[in-house]
Amino acid sequence: MSGSALLASDASCHLNSGCGFPAPDATIFNYDTLVEFDIAGLTFHITKPMILLWIAVAVVVVFFVLAFRKAVIVPRGIQNIGEYGYLFVRDGIARDTIGKQGDQFVPLLFSFFFFVWVLNFMSIVPFAQFPVTSRFAIPLAFAVLVYLLWVPLGVKRQGAGAFFKGMTMPPDVPKAMYVLLIPIEILSNFIVRPFTHSVRLFANMFAGHMLIVTFSVATWYLLSPSVIGILGSAASFTVTVGLTAFEMLIQALQAYVFTLLAAVYINDAVNAH
Amino acid sequence: MSLLAEVTGSLGSIGYGLAAIGPGIGVGIIFGQGVQAIARQPEAYGVIRQNMILGFALTEALALIGFVAPFVYGK
Repeated sequence: MSGSALLASDASCHLNSGCGFPAPDATIFNYDTLVEFDIAGLTFHITKPMILLWIAVAVVVVFFVLAFRKAVIVPRGIQNIGEYGYLFVRDGIARDTIGKQGDQFVPLLFSFFFFVWVLNFMSIVPFAQFPVTSRFAIPLAFAVLVYLLWVPLGVKRQGAGAFFKGMTMPPDVPKAMYVLLIPIEILSNFIVRPFTHSVRLFANMFAGHMLIVTFSVATWYLLSPSVIGILGSAASFTVTVGLTAFEMLIQALQAYVFTLLAAVYINDAVNAH
Repeated sequence: MSLLAEVTGSLGSIGYGLAAIGPGIGVGIIFGQGVQAIARQPEAYGVIRQNMILGFALTEALALIGFVAPFVYGK
């Protein structure tokens, strides 16, 4: 059952009307197919998250094309915002983490930061109200992209031997410890890394959306002609509003963390330990 | 084998509670030490803040895996 259908079927469910609290579960993240078509034997299902993804692409591209289309030395209006964002990523993430060689990765990190931020922000846009990054495939695709960048880049910049030695054998450790350390380092640096990189973003957005939905459903469920119902409903509504503000903070923070970790991984490839 | 004790009900919630203990302590230590570091050396604010958020993100991942696992393996 899709999320909207689940909520609609419980719309008449209120406190003291004989039905329990319709707690939302993971099915609220599944959407019905809106459009379905075949290309070369593959069936494509277009759902709401997919459409939000396209809108996010359009928002980011249009905003920055407008900001930098007629760039002038002394920026005015929208160019100010664009430059502020660019400088934040270049100075705050790329140069601080990667150092001198960071500038060449700014376009990638810049795109990641604003794209992920807009995808997260969809969570609190009216009528969208779904963080696209809470579908695991999307952060996973980003993380795999970063992984496929930094591992070959490390081999290319440092040479395969030096790169894998630097990544798996920390210096100044007694020789006997390497028996234990090398498997742990391989596991944490090459196998678990893309997984944690994507799960961090996914789980944050998943948890945030779940919280907002739970308290929104509670607001509606508790709305009933009784003192405790009205008080509870009002309290839940207040919490929903507060959580929405909190989510705005988390969305920006997670976009920053995702980009920062991408920069940290690229730094492992570019600068030898 | 006879059953000595059994736990039923919303085990996912209990699992998440257990998973949040360690990261909760960790995040507290990170921000506590971070604020202390900023108080001692306010001019290093930028670097400290960045490392603080990085450490927070790495620690928080454990709690989040604990949050998602019941949805994945539950039922």
